[in-house]
Amino acid sequence: MALPCSNARFAGLPAAMISISVNGERREFEAPLNCVELIARLDLGGKRVAIERNGEIVPRSQFPGQVLLDGDRLEIVVAVGGG
Amino acid sequence: MKPHENLDPLTIGGKAYASRLLVGTGKYKDFAETKAAIEASGARIVTVAIRRTNIGQNPNEPSLLDYIPPNRFTLLPNTAGCYNAEDAVRTLRLARELLDGHELVKLEVLGDPRTLFPNMVETISAATTLVKEGFKVMVYTSDDPIIAKQLEDIGCVAVMPLASLIGSGMGILNPWNLQIIIENAKVPVLVDAGVGTASDAAIAMELGCDGVLMNTAIAAAKNPVLMASAMKKAIEAGREAFLAGRMPKKLYSAAPSSPATGMITPSGAKTG
Repeated sequence: MALPCSNARFAGLPAAMISISVNGERREFEAPLNCVELIARLDLGGKRVAIERNGEIVPRSQFPGQVLLDGDRLEIVVAVGGG
Repeated sequence: MKPHENLDPLTIGGKAYASRLLVGTGKYKDFAETKAAIEASGARIVTVAIRRTNIGQNPNEPSLLDYIPPNRFTLLPNTAGCYNAEDAVRTLRLARELLDGHELVKLEVLGDPRTLFPNMVETISAATTLVKEGFKVMVYTSDDPIIAKQLEDIGCVAVMPLASLIGSGMGILNPWNLQIIIENAKVPVLVDAGVGTASDAAIAMELGCDGVLMNTAIAAAKNPVLMASAMKKAIEAGREAFLAGRMPKKLYSAAPSSPATGMITPSGAKTG
């Protein structure tokens, strides 16, 4: 289970891993992880994306402050061609 | 009315747009073709779909918005592919965030993957929620005048009946229903779906539609950029014909266009 990361670091333990569902796919990440870091790790930096976390929109201004937790379900979307 | 479209803008949700042709961005060969067709169409409102981003693929993959910049066009995010109200509402909440608080959206809730007929029960439910949340909803609908009126009463800023089924290119199958919808509506009525070629678009405008939204008719033409240009002209021609007010139809006329008098021989009066 994910320890709060600050505790893990304090105890000198390896970084805690969290499992997050991204667009329906389960992925493991080192914690702590906020939305900005997640975007960077997914190579989506610089792209215009919107994020829904557990059914709620995460405003872009809150990306840095949104610390993701084990079990979170994220949808990350972009604009594509459509009619 | 002078023959300049800018003097006759399309006003939706309190904002004026210089073109009455709205176009989609799907089904093109590549983004360069998308861009060229949209430029040729003169459209100011351009629909986009909202989809899960590809993860773990080429990070330098081009993005649609690099070609259709939101500062040059009014992007109209749609809910294409949604089959229930909840998915449609979630999609448009994401779209609003994606496009920096942009409120103008296209709601479309489908009922059947084979025909792409809309599900109007789910559409009405989604429209009700979206209007309450402050969205300006342009709504795709069947060509039922009662449903169209209900959508207007809910607070949708435009109603967009189908001319025929999405992607069918069958043209305007029920002009009579469209006419009743137009007659009843106090918000703009746009034909959305079914247009196949330029004459279909012109007919929609001659009926008194405020605009036409199309994608496949342009993207699936052999030369999409040329068809986009044709559609631009058809929309303008149809609109001007509507404003001009067509002559009444009659089976025949006893009034030829050339004078009946002054003929060099009296018997010549028989010809037009």
